[in-house]
Amino acid sequence: MFEVRIHGRGGQGVVTAAELLSVAAFLEGKHAQAFPSFGSERTGAPVVSFCRIDDKEIRLREPIRQPDTLIVQDPTLFKAVTDVFEGIKPNSYLLINTNKSFAELHLADIVTKLPAGHACTVPASELALRYIGRPLPNAALLGAFAALTGIVHLQSVATAIRQTFSGKIAEANVAAASAAHDAVAAAPLAA
Amino acid sequence: MLKQIEGSRAMAEGIALCRPEVICAYPITPQTHIVEGLGEMVRTGELTNCEFINVESEFAALSVAIGASAAGARAYTATASQGLLFMAEAVYNASGLGLPIVMTLGNRAIGAPINIWNDHSDAMSMRDAGWMQLFAETNQEAVDLHIQAFRLAEELSMPVMVCVDGFILTHAVERIDIPDQADVDGFLPPYEPVQVLDPQHPISIGAMVGPEAFTEVRFLQHYKQNLALRLLPEFAAEFKACFGRESGGLLRTYRADDAELLVVAMGSVNGTIKDTIDEMRADGIRIGLVTLVSFRPFPTQALRAALSGAKHVVVIEKSFAIGMGGQLANNVDLALRNTPGAPRVHSVIAGLGGRPITRPSLHGLFRRALVQPWEGAHFLDLNERIVSKELHYARKVRRSGPTAENLLRRLSERAPEPALEGRSVL
Repeated sequence: MFEVRIHGRGGQGVVTAAELLSVAAFLEGKHAQAFPSFGSERTGAPVVSFCRIDDKEIRLREPIRQPDTLIVQDPTLFKAVTDVFEGIKPNSYLLINTNKSFAELHLADIVTKLPAGHACTVPASELALRYIGRPLPNAALLGAFAALTGIVHLQSVATAIRQTFSGKIAEANVAAASAAHDAVAAAPLAA
Repeated sequence: MLKQIEGSRAMAEGIALCRPEVICAYPITPQTHIVEGLGEMVRTGELTNCEFINVESEFAALSVAIGASAAGARAYTATASQGLLFMAEAVYNASGLGLPIVMTLGNRAIGAPINIWNDHSDAMSMRDAGWMQLFAETNQEAVDLHIQAFRLAEELSMPVMVCVDGFILTHAVERIDIPDQADVDGFLPPYEPVQVLDPQHPISIGAMVGPEAFTEVRFLQHYKQNLALRLLPEFAAEFKACFGRESGGLLRTYRADDAELLVVAMGSVNGTIKDTIDEMRADGIRIGLVTLVSFRPFPTQALRAALSGAKHVVVIEKSFAIGMGGQLANNVDLALRNTPGAPRVHSVIAGLGGRPITRPSLHGLFRRALVQPWEGAHFLDLNERIVSKELHYARKVRRSGPTAENLLRRLSERAPEPALEGRSVL
């Protein structure tokens, strides 16, 4: 089983990101379970969502405590929420939406403990502004996730986006996801 | 057809396949997405021959369902938590009148303190109201139980509540097989009412009944629920033949054959318990599970048979009767009453107000049941630090203030992490 935890803020599409990821995994014939952190959702408030992916039926219904991948949609959460990194494992993947470096975010200590190539940053909000016209980083982050982990293919992410949205909005999100995917695929290994 | 969709959406699609003719509901978290989905299907014409009625309250929602059902329509509604309390009088009326309404309950805690999260307090508040109550373990079963619920309700002319864990199931997006319309039509025949308000053949429904027949009316309600004990397994078997999967029935067992310790639980927590059992079985511990689907009628005989070989029974429930203990544990005790060599029953209250029930906590709990079994109700993951501080404070200070606010303030104080394991306080 592969477990993904996504941290962001209300209005950034945190819950939608987990759902899209589950659809992408479903399209590849896998079992997937996406669920939100059941809070009172308000714009700007910290929000967590979860996605489990497996080759067999997923029975577990507890929140994800030890994620195989941690996606952070909003780096300002490091100051607001102290437990973003809770349960991160020695071989977890880490994906952060930022145009800063890990050093600038004071995360170098955490990143050096992860295997080479398991941590990366992607300017998902900037890409979203460029392609979608709004700072909604979730599609771009899923493209980056596909490149970082290989757990799902970019094509499946694109299909999931097109099934959930329509027309120009879908294509703009697919473009943002592709751009983020290519940026991560081309990036030198972070360590 | 396999789909990756939200549980609420899947239930809406499953309910639409049952061809309801009147749907009336008032939105309340976490049930809202189900009736929103149905409302959308009526509006777009995906669900035809169905009237979606907006009402001003939960009391009105069930009252409209009662009227519609009495007029011969297949009627559906949904609610949760305080919404169920607000419709309480109508809940008793629907069953007392013998009207086959199906209602989804998106299980949620009852306030005060206000809490929107999942537990089974709402279902338990109406456990004796004469409705049949079926609990879904998965979203697939939630879809399937609605189809079986209409069949059961209409066969007996009695209402059925399908209980689905709020958020944990209603808001989870996962792989769900949505049945074909033809298969549902084959399983669920058109509604043929046993009583109907028809101007051509006038009757009255809802007479005042005095001491001369009130007991007999109640006896016949009980008799019908006893018939459901036979019908539920029959319908589950027929459902399996039609749809190819196990859903519904009275109860299911998991790795129970040689189990020394059997867990009893209802709803979505069974999935987490199964994963925990697999881990403990790998360590050589003889542990198994009985998943209760039907809480009303309560399958006393089937449960007694399922539990008879065990030494210890741990009942995990997301509700409790304050001043008494767990309702489910109490009912399980009843099933074992006067049974020679009956296993010892250990009651656990867990997952109240949305507190996650985790594998580490369950591991500790099940191991403790084998080496250090307890009497009374055990509160899983109880934060003893804030409880004892509050008790101490309230003893010292007369005007100690509101309990909930005090506890929240104590939680925000810097303190060591609470132990995962709680302790019996009753």
